[in-house]
Amino acid sequence: MKEIFVRLDRCVGCHSCELACAVEHSTSKSILAAPGERPVPRRRLYTVHVEAQKVPLLCRHCENAPCVLACRTGALTQDAVTRLVSHNAEKCIGCWMCTMVCPYGVIGRRVEERIAVKCDLCPDRDEPACVAACPTKALVYAEEESFADVKRVEAARLIAEGYLSGQAT
Amino acid sequence: MKTKDEIRSRSIDVAAQAMLFEADRAGIEVAWDRFEKQQPQCGFGELGLCCRHCNMGPCRIDPFGEGPSQGVCGATAEIMVGRGLLRMIAAGAAAHSDHARDVAHTLKLTAEGKGGGYEIKDEAKLNRLAAEYGIATDGRSKEEIALDLAEAALAEFGQQQGPIQFTRRAPAKRVELWEKVGIDPRGIDREIVECMHRTHIGVDNDHVNLVLHGLRTSIADGWGGSMIATELQDVLFGTPQPTHSEANLGVLKADEVNIIVHGHEPILSEMIVAAAGDPEMLKLAEQHGAKGINVTGICCTGNEVLMRHGIPVAGNFLQQELAIITGAVEAMIVDVQCIFPALGALAGCYHTKFISTSPKAKFPGATHMEFHEETAYETAKAIVQAAVENFSQRNAAKVNIPDEKSECMVGFSVEAILAALGGSLDPLLDAVKGGAIKGIAGVVGCNNPKVQHDYGHVNIVKELIKNDVLVVTTGCNAQACAKAGLLRPEAAELAGEGLRSVCQALGVPPVLHMGSCVDISRILVVCAAVANALGVDISDLPVAGAAPEWMSEKAVSIGAYVVASGIYTVLGTVPPVLGSAEVAELLTAGAEGVVGAKFAVELDPLKAAELMIDHITAKRAALGI
Repeated sequence: MKEIFVRLDRCVGCHSCELACAVEHSTSKSILAAPGERPVPRRRLYTVHVEAQKVPLLCRHCENAPCVLACRTGALTQDAVTRLVSHNAEKCIGCWMCTMVCPYGVIGRRVEERIAVKCDLCPDRDEPACVAACPTKALVYAEEESFADVKRVEAARLIAEGYLSGQAT
Repeated sequence: MKTKDEIRSRSIDVAAQAMLFEADRAGIEVAWDRFEKQQPQCGFGELGLCCRHCNMGPCRIDPFGEGPSQGVCGATAEIMVGRGLLRMIAAGAAAHSDHARDVAHTLKLTAEGKGGGYEIKDEAKLNRLAAEYGIATDGRSKEEIALDLAEAALAEFGQQQGPIQFTRRAPAKRVELWEKVGIDPRGIDREIVECMHRTHIGVDNDHVNLVLHGLRTSIADGWGGSMIATELQDVLFGTPQPTHSEANLGVLKADEVNIIVHGHEPILSEMIVAAAGDPEMLKLAEQHGAKGINVTGICCTGNEVLMRHGIPVAGNFLQQELAIITGAVEAMIVDVQCIFPALGALAGCYHTKFISTSPKAKFPGATHMEFHEETAYETAKAIVQAAVENFSQRNAAKVNIPDEKSECMVGFSVEAILAALGGSLDPLLDAVKGGAIKGIAGVVGCNNPKVQHDYGHVNIVKELIKNDVLVVTTGCNAQACAKAGLLRPEAAELAGEGLRSVCQALGVPPVLHMGSCVDISRILVVCAAVANALGVDISDLPVAGAAPEWMSEKAVSIGAYVVASGIYTVLGTVPPVLGSAEVAELLTAGAEGVVGAKFAVELDPLKAAELMIDHITAKRAALGI
């Protein structure tokens, strides 16, 4: 299944992904109207700035997801095949067990009530809104193997450049 | 390759579509492609919630209330949006007014005998303007009068105390209102400089105060800079009179040297037109195998020479690249404003010479042939010569000129409208009072790839005239109307019964082309004259404004001065103010209580026309007509 990967060297910290996420999870799906909606549409990913590095954090849809194991009401479930972790707002009681156990801190809350919100990989779209909004293509929606292909080519290019510049001297 | 539907969705203009197909086939990128690559555009920018005014930032405010609600300095959404809006108005007012400064400077040089080929063409207007400024005319030469007038106009840029003379053309009630609210401008440059001061970190942090100064600055544009540009251009180059011409890419000629003048100022293009008629140049063209020299225009430089000389229009703003893609343009000559920096690389794909001329405006890939008023004709001749000598470089295999062009009747200056009415406004007033004409709409503004090219312009205008609203137009709307055939007297057939009969009686189109974007000042003069004739304020009149495809900062300044003048204005693209509900409310509701007019935003041109018609109907009822 496709997942959202991050190319950290490309993130400029513009937060476009966060805005697009909130807009996608609104009723109007329009940046111009969404900020006025109630409940306030929430983003489900977070760009954190540490050590002079901008790091977009988003749900990894972990194997044996701790949030699903911690959920006492069955609001959080994981698809056995795709590993997609889904959240059912109607079953959520806002106990925040999921928030406590999430290794990445990417389970947020709806501001008006005790209901958790998390990444659903944008079920209505071919490509998640955050990925589509990223102006530098720091976010990549791909199968793990094809993302690894990209990383291998990038790594090989660096090695090749170093090798060739050594040959030249 | 794109589908036919994708390409047709970019423009309603068949000639533009033909060139978009050619661009797609040739793998050439145009504005629409670059617009697609910008998607999704920055949400903070769209809402006006980003600020780069100091280096503690850049700052942004989270419109969803989860992240920061203030910049580092504590600026809230209201402050950020208000400051951003004021800077847009400052830039727009600066562009129009700097244009005016150059015109006044040219008039001064001409009066001093230092203008390289210019002359005073409308002496009657010179005398009328001199009288307004209190300049003596009796027994004085036109050069002496022109020198005083140029100096008086130039002094208004740097003056510290008001008034700006032409603001007093507004009805007395309007001037009193401006004085009462504290938005009567003091000097043109002063207001623009104060915008920059107020928006510096830590100065004006009250959104109402910011917007009010925006209105004052915009008045210094509409009733100052823009009006000075219009009036002094008429003195120098002649006041437009009705004339006939043609519009769209089909005006380019396969067997002649095609020169396109593009940008906004007529100072250079007047001389290009003259030099293109020089027997020496025509002979040179013949020697290079061309049958003549065909000068055409794009954007407001195009409108200026169209209005005064009937020079055909090749297209409006979004057609600047498409014109080069015809492969038949020897030279694209530009001055200032609304010129894509993309033209340099595009011209490199063809034989077209992209020639920049203003010391203020240089472009990558352009040949710079700097233009100065003192040597105007010589430079213009050198530029025309470069174009003519480029004719032999044309690659016949790449030439692809669309057939489409439409006839148009243009040149409706205020003086020309009065003449068409038989010397007095009375026939127009009678038609409005009697209801044959329901009201007057000014439809102006740019193109913007956010709107299907010309769709907003043409549809809003058709709907208005169908409902007996006389349309006055300038800028890219005027060119869209010209291409769509709406500037032909026969277009009266598309008008409602009342407007149709008036147009047919006078032999004029239902859409009157009043000029370039600085010539929106002509529309203000008409409104002032009508209001004075009826003994009311402009805000009482059955009139409305619209900018269906606006994109530039100049358009923001225009919208602001039109509203500050008391005219309800509908925008067809959303300005970056929705990040602050308070500022949005001020512009779309609160302003009504201050200046008697407000903005509306409506993306559907038919619904926008309906809003304008409803407004006109309400104003008629209030006047009891």
